[in-house]
Amino acid sequence: MNAPLDLTSIRAQFPILAQKIRGKDLVFLDSAASAQKPRAVIDAMVGAMESQYANIHRGLHWMSERTTDAYEATRDSAARLLNAADRHEIVFVRNSTEGINLVAHSYGRGVLRPGQAVVISEMEHHSNIVPWQMLRDDHGTELRVAPITDTGELDMAAYEALFADGKVGLVAITHMSNVLGSYTPAERIIRIAHDHGAKVLLDGSQAVVHRRIDVQALDADFYVFTGHKLYGPTGIGVLYGKRELLEAMPPWMGGGDMISSVTYERSTWAQVPHKFEAGTPAILEGIGLNAAIKWVEAIGYDAIAAHEAALTDHGLARLSAIEGLTVIGRAQDRGGVISFTLDRAHAHDIATLLDRAGIAVRAGHHCAEPLMRRLGLESTARASFGIYTTTAEIDFLAETLTKVREFFR
Amino acid sequence: MFEDLRDLYNATILERGRRPRHMRRLDDFDATAKGDNPMCGDRVQVWLKYAGDGSIAATGFDARGCEISKAAADLMVEAVAGRSADDTKALFAAFRTLAQTGSCPDHAAALAPMAPLAAVHEYPSRIKCATLPWHALIAALDGKGVSSSE
Ligand SMILES: Cc1ncc(COP(=O)(O)O)c(C=O)c1O
Repeated sequence: MNAPLDLTSIRAQFPILAQKIRGKDLVFLDSAASAQKPRAVIDAMVGAMESQYANIHRGLHWMSERTTDAYEATRDSAARLLNAADRHEIVFVRNSTEGINLVAHSYGRGVLRPGQAVVISEMEHHSNIVPWQMLRDDHGTELRVAPITDTGELDMAAYEALFADGKVGLVAITHMSNVLGSYTPAERIIRIAHDHGAKVLLDGSQAVVHRRIDVQALDADFYVFTGHKLYGPTGIGVLYGKRELLEAMPPWMGGGDMISSVTYERSTWAQVPHKFEAGTPAILEGIGLNAAIKWVEAIGYDAIAAHEAALTDHGLARLSAIEGLTVIGRAQDRGGVISFTLDRAHAHDIATLLDRAGIAVRAGHHCAEPLMRRLGLESTARASFGIYTTTAEIDFLAETLTKVREFFR
Repeated sequence: MFEDLRDLYNATILERGRRPRHMRRLDDFDATAKGDNPMCGDRVQVWLKYAGDGSIAATGFDARGCEISKAAADLMVEAVAGRSADDTKALFAAFRTLAQTGSCPDHAAALAPMAPLAAVHEYPSRIKCATLPWHALIAALDGKGVSSSE
């Protein structure tokens, strides 16, 4: 076991945590929407702007070479983070949403045939629903939805049954729900899909923040995550794809950087991953992401997972003890995201009151309207935890929620 | 701990949010429209019945959302009763000013029914909760089926 996290020192690395909200300490319980940034990330980005910046992949001068090296080093770090076999399997995108759209456009339209089916689950973020609907409508693929159980776990028997007719070509499923906190059994999902000849894209937007990911051990075909939830900047995300899949896929966007040669008659494409990286990328954000990955690696996933498991257990115990409060989702394997309802109080009203106490939570449908409908809810309030979250913050949330309930009695 | 929030969650808002007086669908109506706030999932539908001169004879609504949006819809029904379409649109413009700034002196009398919502201007993320039912109402007046909050 790793030593427990030194929270005082960790929190000191996040300048924003010293902010006061209307005179009160900021209690930031909205990390699942976007995490705060440690000093290491801030310094890396500011440092690049101050001392080492030029456009990349095209300059022959010192600044461009150094900046290219710094940006490309992120590809090595991302490959290491996901345990990808090859750095060329890391494609930089703007965020998870763009990564999923890239697969839907390029693999979906280029490799899947009309009549084949794409499987998603009942607990997807809109970003892993809409691109597959668009593919269905443009390309004639079918969209199948694997149900969840009432505890908020993927219904594995029903999932497997979706493959019976042999039409499924691709599965696109979350690795951890941003609403229920449930992990999905990625290895089994992938094994079943592969047994039926289908490929699998995992949406790791939430999972990668909390758990060590090994795309080779999982045998994942595609894996996406978004930098801003992993303590990194906005505007940068990663799509991992197995090399032979990426090579067989047509480019998605055309432009500079993604070509090998251009004439008016025809152009030829650059090698992967550059074939998918048209235009000047998010250079500073890429450099910031590298700092974020290294920062997370230095703390270590064992320590992160242990800290967050303790927080989640504590949070579930404290919140469940509040009269009138219902925790939504009771998955066995779950991470630091707790959605709840409180008697008749609407989630927005809860969030407004908590905000007055300095507590930031998310309220609404969490970009997962079909899941809300499945649960028979319009909205929930959601508290989500990060590396810097403390037990004392969760206690304060619980005490404040008791007062929120009294207010709306 | 939350006493300062009583400016927004005052007695009228809490009462109207919980037990709206006009939350019903009209079976006999001339126009209807839905309002959606895609950011947070609040939904409202408004039904209108016109009098012979085209003024609003009856308004009903159904709302799923927070106390603020339900109370705003309920108060809106009273504020627009008997008004022409133009008059109602002018009143909405005035209400928006009230919701965004906390007052709208030129229209204080007409806006009296909406006055309990004045404090919403101090809660910027909640202003759209208060204006959502109005967007649906205006869409119904204009014969459009749907609207969404800004
Ligand atoms: C599970 C899941 N998938 C996808 C996304 C989309 O991430 P982004 O908005 O950065 O593309 C999110 C973030 O909200 C998420 O939680």
